[in-house]
Amino acid sequence: MREKLLYGLGLAAILYLVRNLYVIFLVLPDELAQGAIYRVFYFHLPGYFTAALCYLLAGIFSAMYLITRKWKWDSLAAAITEVGLPFAAMNLITGMIWGRIIWGIWWTWDPRLTSALISALIYAGYLMLRQAIPDPTERAKNSAVMAIFAFASVIFTYKSNEWFRTQHPGPVLSIRTGGGTIDPQMEWMLAHNLFALLLLAGLLLAIRWRQEERQREIESLRREALSFS
Amino acid sequence: MIEARNFTYMFYGFAAAWTVIVIYVITLVSREKKLGQEVATLKKLIAEKEQSR
Repeated sequence: MREKLLYGLGLAAILYLVRNLYVIFLVLPDELAQGAIYRVFYFHLPGYFTAALCYLLAGIFSAMYLITRKWKWDSLAAAITEVGLPFAAMNLITGMIWGRIIWGIWWTWDPRLTSALISALIYAGYLMLRQAIPDPTERAKNSAVMAIFAFASVIFTYKSNEWFRTQHPGPVLSIRTGGGTIDPQMEWMLAHNLFALLLLAGLLLAIRWRQEERQREIESLRREALSFS
Repeated sequence: MIEARNFTYMFYGFAAAWTVIVIYVITLVSREKKLGQEVATLKKLIAEKEQSR
């Protein structure tokens, strides 16, 4: 049953993404000043929001672990943090490629870019921390605390282009500006691609969570095998 | 319709976005196989030890 659900979710995510690619390439017009390159925006921004939502959930699951001490929450937090990383990488890489054309440089140590990079590195550090602690209880407790505090970096990244003068463009979405900064057709497409990436992240989370549970089973089997010797 | 201006870099952007996801999916699939094999090996080992008791 669970396998069928995963296949169904995977198929839905692929079909939705293919439909979105069709609209992005063949229906939507070019942006007047930027030409074709503006289209990376449809992955750059939804990639960031998908990663940010993964990190928010990682913080919530970690808090749930600290409150309840149930392994399920620790597994979910570890799984969703890892799933968030490829989306954070997608955001950073597409942003660099866009910057190469629009700014003439691949990278600048601007507050927005720097905080996004540091945020991704903090969550990569979370995964490394988990690898470094062999005791499951200690590992779960320390990584839960780290995941909760690490979310401050996501908030900092989100607000950095309001708090500082940045080279990165300011907010464009109508929920932040009140409208008039982006074509409604383009904004609608951003929402569609965000939902598609969230669907994909949901699928990856289900697979990764199962692996995390299996890893826990392996640890328990290893202890059982050692008890014989 | 898409114009030629900045098309190459747009292609790089989409290729990079999809490459990241594909690499992660490949990592997940290979880890799934490895974990499955490890569970089977450990279960077999425990069963053998229980029999030899």
